[in-house]
Amino acid sequence: MAAFYGIDLASPFMLGTALYPSPAVMASAFRASGASVATVSVRRESAAGGDFWAIIQGLGVHLLPNTAGCHSVKEAVTTAHMAREIFDTNWIKLEVIGHADTLQPDPFGLVEAARILSEDGFQVFPYMTEDLVLADRLLDAGCEVLMPWGAPIGTGLGLLNPYALRSLRAHFPDVPMVIDAGLGLPSQAAQAMEMGFDAVLLNTAVARAGDPVAMAQAFARALEAGQLARSADPIEPRDMAAPSTPLIGKANLA
Amino acid sequence: MTVHHILGAGVMGLCTAVELAGRGAAVMLHDPAGLPGPHHCSWWAGGMLAPFCESETAEAIVGTEGRRAADWWQTQGALVTRAGTLVVAPGRDRAELDRFARRTRGHVWLTGAEATALEPLLEGRFPRALFFEEEAHLNPRQALAALVTRAQALGVGFTTDPAPPGPVVDCRGLAARDLLPDLRGVKGEMLLLQAPGLHLSRPVRFLHPRIPLYIVPRGPGLFMIGATMIESAERGRASVRSLLELLTAAYALHPAFGEAEVVEIGHDARPAFPDNTPALRQLPGRLCLNGLYRHGYLMAPWLARRAADLLTPDLPTTHLPTGETA
Repeated sequence: MAAFYGIDLASPFMLGTALYPSPAVMASAFRASGASVATVSVRRESAAGGDFWAIIQGLGVHLLPNTAGCHSVKEAVTTAHMAREIFDTNWIKLEVIGHADTLQPDPFGLVEAARILSEDGFQVFPYMTEDLVLADRLLDAGCEVLMPWGAPIGTGLGLLNPYALRSLRAHFPDVPMVIDAGLGLPSQAAQAMEMGFDAVLLNTAVARAGDPVAMAQAFARALEAGQLARSADPIEPRDMAAPSTPLIGKANLA
Repeated sequence: MTVHHILGAGVMGLCTAVELAGRGAAVMLHDPAGLPGPHHCSWWAGGMLAPFCESETAEAIVGTEGRRAADWWQTQGALVTRAGTLVVAPGRDRAELDRFARRTRGHVWLTGAEATALEPLLEGRFPRALFFEEEAHLNPRQALAALVTRAQALGVGFTTDPAPPGPVVDCRGLAARDLLPDLRGVKGEMLLLQAPGLHLSRPVRFLHPRIPLYIVPRGPGLFMIGATMIESAERGRASVRSLLELLTAAYALHPAFGEAEVVEIGHDARPAFPDNTPALRQLPGRLCLNGLYRHGYLMAPWLARRAADLLTPDLPTTHLPTGETA
């Protein structure tokens, strides 16, 4: 598996910490998921949220703070600095939201913020659309990991643009890539792994499921299946049927 | 006779006081801040007795034991309105309503016309709604006052002095973090709006992908809108973002709320255990009743009864209406 800024992860599962019925359910979901990374949002008012953060730190996984809800470069940069102080890590999942309704990333602000933060020693995980040119610019800005979306945050629609995701994967075969946001079902996570992505990041699909712990386990198994399938070199799809047993030389029993 | 010393005169302390005193025990209630008021987190509550709706995310005990709460409050002299709960969702979040229906029991689907028959204010606003007929609501500040009256009638003493050395019942809410390290604060913000001419008979829940918002009628033209849920023990301020969300919900329910007057902005932090479920914990010389989270008025009677069973095993329990178990 690819290393993320030099860190080898035990599992390709990155799981969010919001929206669970309770911190106890969240902790159980993490245990069931085997996730190697927990994302956590940082807000000024949650500076008094030390108790919740202590629970997250107690999960025993790598922490990836994010700049969720930031709509400008300045906001995102300030939040990243706050996150670095609180969680003592250079990792930052960079979100610069461009559209309040779709929560679509602002690609222009994202590149600018990524450059500022990378120059400042941050290890940036940019939440981005699946655009190839944007990927190039983010790599130029200093990012060594890319996080294209599957679909808008919270929609559960899966990989909406497999063509663009495939070409992104093909153009940057050596860049660690995480499918971030939009996954609703384990089958979609398996698909991402089959396509060669290195990890997935999700939150809503697990946290808002009727049974978050069972769903976390379901995603873990799907990721394992997808990873295994990828390494097993799948067959190419073809138009015509290909019999798996020879047709010639069959005994004529008529 | 043994005197039971209770710390904290919020909803948990008062419920425990009247439950114990109702069984014939002698009770002294200690709170350095005095009688119930804005310093207690229960002062800011919504006052919905909604065991079915809360069960969407809460542990099962909240649904089962919470169903007895309305009867308990009525027995203690609080004014309980049994008019059910209406649950609606804005058009773009319609799927949330189906999800909510799948995860809860005790409801029927209403057409827009049927919902309007219950709440004329909602005419033409929502094509369908969920109605939880068995749920109830109360006005928390009236209910706390009713408990004080009842406690005084039962001979409960009130003091701002600390309790003497010896066993205590600890109902201090978030202040008990000094002894309960896994107790955390979950910040909530609420609004009181004065909207003369607007009328609701029952709480209306407005489904939202992140937080359940609700509007609770508090008498003619007065409405409580709540409540945010933020992982923070901060009590001192309400943020613009939170108020925007609360006000947007009111406005989406009916644009006439745009003319309402903001009477009060409330903010406090709820005490919660990691599973967000109220619990009774025994420490040496101390019975802790805490972690009421969003369920103060719904679950305090249950914890109070359990505490009284433990503390006064020899006294007869008060007559309790039997909760349905179905």
